[in-house]
This record gives sequence, C-alpha cells and structure tokens, in this order.
Amino acid sequence: MPFLVNLALGLLFGVGLVVSGMSDPAKVLNFLDFFGTWDPSLAFVMGGAVVVAFFGYRLVLSRNRPMVGSTFHLPTKRDIDARVTVGPAIFGFGWGLSGFCPGPALTAVGSGTTGALVFVPAMLAGMWLARLMAEGKPQIART
Amino acid sequence: MTEFTPVASLLGGMMIGLSAVLLMLWEGRVAGISGIAGRLLPPWRDGAFLSRLGFVAGLVAAPFAVMAFTGQAIAQTVSGNVPLMIAAGLLVGFGSVWGNGCTSGHGVCGLARLSARSLVATLVFMGVAIVTVFVTRHLIGA
Repeated sequence: MPFLVNLALGLLFGVGLVVSGMSDPAKVLNFLDFFGTWDPSLAFVMGGAVVVAFFGYRLVLSRNRPMVGSTFHLPTKRDIDARVTVGPAIFGFGWGLSGFCPGPALTAVGSGTTGALVFVPAMLAGMWLARLMAEGKPQIART
Repeated sequence: MTEFTPVASLLGGMMIGLSAVLLMLWEGRVAGISGIAGRLLPPWRDGAFLSRLGFVAGLVAAPFAVMAFTGQAIAQTVSGNVPLMIAAGLLVGFGSVWGNGCTSGHGVCGLARLSARSLVATLVFMGVAIVTVFVTRHLIGA
C-alpha cells in the first residue's frame, strides 16, 4: 500500500515535470540563460508549485497527524550554516552544466539516452557519498 | 530556442505542488527528490524504503504515462557529453544531499513552508546555475 500510493504520487509529480517542460534540459538551460535565449516558462512551474503547496500545506498541517504514521516529518534545521550554502552552490554548478536536477533526471532514465544513463548513476553515487560523509559510515540494518 | 509555455508550465507546476501536498497528507513527508532518491541506498534507517521506491518508480514511469495519453514523444534534449554528464551528476547528487535539498525540497516545499534556510539555498543554486550557464554558453561557448 505505501508503495502503490507513493507510485501514484511520484507519477503525478513526474507528469507535472513532463507537462511543465521541466523534464527537458534544453528548456531548463534556456530558463537559466538570462543573457541569451531566455525562456521564462520555468518561473511558472515554480510559481504554480509553490502556491499550491503553500495553501495545501496549511490545510494538511492543521491536522494532528498524516493519514499513515503518527507525526509529520518536517525539517527541523533553521540555522543558515555552511552546508546550506556550499551544498546548493555545488548542486547549482552541476544543474547549470547539465540542465538536470534530481527529479527531471529520473524522468529521463526511460528515454535511454546516453547522457541520462550516465548522469543518474553518477547522481546516486554523489548522493550516497554526501550521506556517508554527513551521517557516518554505513551500518548493517538490524530492523 | 524553446517555446514559452506559461499555461502548460503553470499546470505542470500545480501538479507538482499537489503531489507534494498529498505526500504530506498521506505520510507526513516533504516531497524532496534528492532526499527520497538519496535514501534508496543504504544505510536504511527508517521503514520508508518501499515508499521511496514507489515514488521514484512513479517519476521514471511518468513520461510513458504522458506518451500513452497524448500519443506524442516527449521532448528531452540531453547532452551526450559523457564526461560532462558524469561530472554534473556527481555535483548534482552530492550538492543536493549536502545542502539538504534540491529544486523540489528547497525550491518548492521549503519556500511553501516559508523556510529562510530554503530561501537561501534556492537563491544560491539558482544564482550559481545562472552564472554557470552564462560562462559555458557566452564566455567559453561550450
């Protein structure tokens, strides 16, 4: 059941990426190219997503708990530390080189293009490395 | 050039926002793709592996759903420069997890929660990406 519900929600998210054009690196790079072939479309993607999430979160978070589980898992960090500037700077550099951020990259796996097929494993490796550095060495799961 | 698509982009963006809201309603989690994908690999510390696998499977399947519905191919112009794409993948993966979020976790969910941390993160990755595109397209003409 958690798998199927999340499959549906991932599908909705991914269809949103495709419909909006965000899944196309060419469109993303043109959005980032203020001084060239600028395509402002992606401002509408973020605008639409943020407005819906802003009002939707207010409704949902007025509940005591989510539908499954006992509590909402909201990010608790509030301080502006080095990680929240260094991390996004590294991410932004890779995003500007490729036009891929994590969601759109995953929607491109099925296309079978070489670029996507090498990008996604490299991305997962980078994510894993960052987690290991942040959380310590992997432990054998006992649960 | 790519075509300016305000209506489709707004509609797609609203679907992304709706997905994030429903994920919060269902299991109380933020729809951050770097967080979801990054935790598919060990160590697995909570019981949400199947949820995350489902969400990622939905993302991978999405273009096929759209193609089946519209009968048209999806435009995805992906660079074939293998060393560049490997380097970019490592940077995107490492940076997004190190900074606790990417375009979705900080740029959508974080801004919707009015998080100052996410606003800083979003301004930094947008700024660096814009400078990167300026340098690669207009200074060194890659």
